[in-house]
Amino acid sequence: MKLKEYYHSVTLRKDKCRGCTNCIKRCPTEAIRVRDGKARIIAERCIDCGECIRVCPYHAKVAVTDPLSSIERFRYRVALPAPTLYGQFKNVTDINVILAGLKKLGFDYVYEVARGADYVAAFVKRALKDPNRKRPIISSSCPAIVRLIQVRFPELIDNIVDVDSPMEIAAQLARNEFCQKYGAKPEEVGVFFITPCAAKMTSIRNPVGRKESSVEGAISMQEIYGPLYNQISKLKEEDVAQMASPFGVGWANSGGESLSLGIDSYLAVDGIQNVIRVLEEIEDEKLTDLEYFEGLACPGGCVGGPLTVENGFVAKNRIRKLSEKARGRPVPEDELREVAQKINWRLDEKILPKPVMKLDDDIVEAMKKMETIERIYESLPGLDCGSCGSPSCRTLAEDIVRGYASEMDCVFKLREKVKQLAQEMIELSEKIPGGRKETERQE
Amino acid sequence: MAGGYYSIEQVFHIKAGDFASAGEASSQIKKTLKQLGIDPGLVRRVTIAAYEAEMNLIIHSIGGELKLKVTPQSIIVMAEDKGPGIPDIDLAMQEGYSTAPEIARELGFGAGMGLPNIKRCADRLNIQSEVGEGTLLEIYFDIKAR
Repeated sequence: MKLKEYYHSVTLRKDKCRGCTNCIKRCPTEAIRVRDGKARIIAERCIDCGECIRVCPYHAKVAVTDPLSSIERFRYRVALPAPTLYGQFKNVTDINVILAGLKKLGFDYVYEVARGADYVAAFVKRALKDPNRKRPIISSSCPAIVRLIQVRFPELIDNIVDVDSPMEIAAQLARNEFCQKYGAKPEEVGVFFITPCAAKMTSIRNPVGRKESSVEGAISMQEIYGPLYNQISKLKEEDVAQMASPFGVGWANSGGESLSLGIDSYLAVDGIQNVIRVLEEIEDEKLTDLEYFEGLACPGGCVGGPLTVENGFVAKNRIRKLSEKARGRPVPEDELREVAQKINWRLDEKILPKPVMKLDDDIVEAMKKMETIERIYESLPGLDCGSCGSPSCRTLAEDIVRGYASEMDCVFKLREKVKQLAQEMIELSEKIPGGRKETERQE
Repeated sequence: MAGGYYSIEQVFHIKAGDFASAGEASSQIKKTLKQLGIDPGLVRRVTIAAYEAEMNLIIHSIGGELKLKVTPQSIIVMAEDKGPGIPDIDLAMQEGYSTAPEIARELGFGAGMGLPNIKRCADRLNIQSEVGEGTLLEIYFDIKAR
């Protein structure tokens, strides 16, 4: 299958969009404009962070994920629950109940992404021992942050650790295990991620850092919540064994990943605007003693994902309690060596910068555009009201120069122009053509 | 050479002791350079140098201007102030030498790394200072043809 260059999970439901300014103002890559009364997402800029899904009061921004029924395409189905799923349910004190519930929904096998996280932690620990790597080493686990770095912080691409995400590692291990145990062919097995966010869906369809994803699809936590809750409540016996360690389960919360690495000098930051602030400082070499940076786009970490059901703060606390009871152990070195032979755990494709903020490929042209932008910006009111459909006066100036907007999109500019035209009309109306009398003009 | 003499300039007025706005000029410079499509590594060097120069104006001067000038071949960051001037430039260029006042040190600045850091980032550096007159710092960067 040929992958589209810009696949995005985050999409607009045009019928629900009222053309307000909520999303354009909050988008961290200035990827949304309102045109003709509807929001429009600029595909090259969107990083699928889901911030717009969170802020849209009309639910016009949605994440396209795979329906639960899509698992039926496969003879065998494997569920990969993100640890965030564990925090969604009230009164669940054992992770096994959730895993068993997933099997009742039609999955033949369940593999915890939290276990994948245990492996990732072990691989990253290895990377941290390598003194030649650029510091701080930046986590690759939040796909929205990796894309943010491509778009806004290309200088930091080399800092991203070349270990793939828990989801990809879990998917490969799950498929191997299942095929071995039940003698299935790998292509008969559909592996589905239970996702708290849009960015993961995008990274399945259009991965960064690897050619193809090992995951066949992603099912939104919001979709699976109801059916799964039903199964959990009437569950009699459990026939699954929970494997992830307390550390792996903790990855659902911001800081969980860093904690699993057992290091001192780390920074765990959540919420995309906060992450941007810290990445700016890392880029400017202001955080020189930092070993590891974990940046998560959603508030509180994955528990704050736009496709979750439970309030992120409540979920965070549940994860904390559930992780204490997790049965698994961190991955020992000999097991890691063995696993490293069997799966593709590395991000082996080069992560490329996406300099979409650049005005022109030619520097002189870019400079000329910059000057025009400055000139236009000076003439704008500087209110950043967003009525023009661009997030700020400066972006409007940029959009005008890039040819996507006109000065008359600014309501204040328009008012000025109308006033000026009205004045001209009055002046014109006072002009009487020669040879006519004043009374004739009035008729 | 086509466009060889084309240049743009941005000027930022920096107030003495204005720690609240510290770093705003250099982050605007960073944004500008990214939009111009300057190589990310070079953007980083210019930003670090511009930040140090901006902080120097805030901490040491009685106020001044930070200027960015870009031509297709070069980037120049200029910091110009009206005083108090540097009595011994060689000493000021030494790592760890600092004359920062207590208020700056309390905020974590004034480690004596400003000018050495600028020198490390720059391709060329020109510094002129006269006590009682002011200081002119010119930091040059070459844009290499890719």
